[in-house]
Amino acid sequence: MAATKEPRPYVNPYLAGTLLGVVLFLSFYVTGGGLGASGALSHIQTGVLDWFAPAHVDRTAYFADIAGGERNPWTSSGVYMLVGTIVGGFASGLYNRRVRLELRKGPNVTITTRVVFALLGGIIMGYGARLARGCTSGQALSGGAVLSVGSWAFAFAVFASAYALAWFVRRLWN
Amino acid sequence: MAPFDITAAGPIASALIFGLIGIGFGAVLEMGGFGDTRKLAAQFYLRDMTVLKVMFTGIIVAAILVAGATAFGLLDMNRVWINPTYLWPGIVGGLIMGVGFILGGFCPGTSVVAASTLKIDGMLFLAGVLGGVWLFGETVGSFELFFISSNMGRFTLAEWLGAPVGVVLLLAVLLVLVMFWAAELAERYFGEKKAWAEIPLRPTSLGKAGGAAALVLAALIVVMHGQPTPAQKFELLGEAVKKPVAERAIFVHPAEVVALRQDLNIRVAVLDLRDEHDFNLFHVGGSRHVDPAALTQPEVLKPLLAEPASTVTFLVANGEGPALAAWKALKASGVQNLYVVEGGVNRWLELYPVDACVAIPGQPAAADADRLAWHFAFATGSSLPSAWPELTASRAFRTPCAASASEESHHGGHGITWPEYQFARKVKLQVKAAVKGGCG
Repeated sequence: MAATKEPRPYVNPYLAGTLLGVVLFLSFYVTGGGLGASGALSHIQTGVLDWFAPAHVDRTAYFADIAGGERNPWTSSGVYMLVGTIVGGFASGLYNRRVRLELRKGPNVTITTRVVFALLGGIIMGYGARLARGCTSGQALSGGAVLSVGSWAFAFAVFASAYALAWFVRRLWN
Repeated sequence: MAPFDITAAGPIASALIFGLIGIGFGAVLEMGGFGDTRKLAAQFYLRDMTVLKVMFTGIIVAAILVAGATAFGLLDMNRVWINPTYLWPGIVGGLIMGVGFILGGFCPGTSVVAASTLKIDGMLFLAGVLGGVWLFGETVGSFELFFISSNMGRFTLAEWLGAPVGVVLLLAVLLVLVMFWAAELAERYFGEKKAWAEIPLRPTSLGKAGGAAALVLAALIVVMHGQPTPAQKFELLGEAVKKPVAERAIFVHPAEVVALRQDLNIRVAVLDLRDEHDFNLFHVGGSRHVDPAALTQPEVLKPLLAEPASTVTFLVANGEGPALAAWKALKASGVQNLYVVEGGVNRWLELYPVDACVAIPGQPAAADADRLAWHFAFATGSSLPSAWPELTASRAFRTPCAASASEESHHGGHGITWPEYQFARKVKLQVKAAVKGGCG
């Protein structure tokens, strides 16, 4: 039985990419919009903030746009898509035997280092994603597929910056 | 024609649709290995180029399907959300995200997938993202001007390069194939630690060569077929657009145009499609002369598409023929709140006539003939009261026939009263279709 507990291998990246392209096309075809994640995270964050500090949300332009006054941040299309993404990721993980509570890290860093850098990277990523008006999925993937100039410039900026920095932080991952 | 108006399906159905798309998205990312931070990070040490391969395969396959569906009239591109280009905020945001990517080992979407398979680092990263978007909301006010700078709106590579969509698609396919080829070599060298001499430079499997050929072929088909012209697009639009033409619901009585011009809540734009000669003889006040041949050129079309939902645009010709043709082309290009002035300038001058010393009626022109049915003695532009029926008097009005020049013109301006015309109201303001991206 132990052998069957091994995770199944990942699918070929070109096949996964093709499937991703089909999902993305279906999204455009049916809804008129692409895929995304960071917009929904922004809605969730503002929604939570709205529980604790509704007056602050109403007075901060960026938050008021999402949850000011009677606006409901929880019923946006992005939030439904995010819930779906979690369900889909979990289902695929379950089938492929990859659902396991664990912490993944580079081979030569401590758990504390990984925890700190995961949080720090997330904060930087979240900040940049809002500045760029979308994350890797919402800008690079979706905008790239409809040949938006800004999305292609953005995609190359992400890769360029990560490659430029990779050598300096190689201890994190090697 | 797709995309569909899914808000019409009710809130629960539309939530389900978005949820289903999300499930597909999450499952594909997980299958491709995007839930494993080590796989993602390996990308930046050139050992495992999965991220690049999956992402750009996804982009290019979707791009081919979208352009193909548009070419064959299955998808209306005007109603598809294209991320607006804010060039510099996008680039700076991208550079910042690259830093987050290499430090944290995820991007927002992949961290969601990692968290869904119970990876603690994914959950932590996700928590960080929530903190980051909160921080952004708190601080964006202090650099608002940068955040909204270099806004180029809806701006595609095809417009930038001035090339047809198909050609741009083909170039993108070729660029991506070169990237994949380099990625394969990098994986061999940095991942498998092979010597350069041992690495074959040509594709190693039939599947890869076949896939590359399929992408190029698909792009070539889109190039050969081309994108539909406005007239073809109009034919593809549903009955909802064609019926109002048959029922004459888009032809608006001149008196309604005049009434709307007095409405402070509405901006009325009148586009005059006649040649410059007729335009100079007489045109409706404030109207803009536009060459019908240039209507769907970006420099004319883009401002029309950018008009707010409170703008009503009227097309006017001498009769109705050219205006209707222009209406179809603009409607197919996605312009909202678009109408034709009933009977054109000829009808306008019947209802709001000019003095006999300026113009006399000539041979009546048929409604679809593009001929001015009035003989003008000289060019009047928009200087006569007939051009501005909503103004009862204005100092700017000329009084050409006034050998009997009334004392009035020196004191209170040239005044005139028009008859009250009865008309059925036809203009209905439509709010713009709310297409929005998942990340918006």
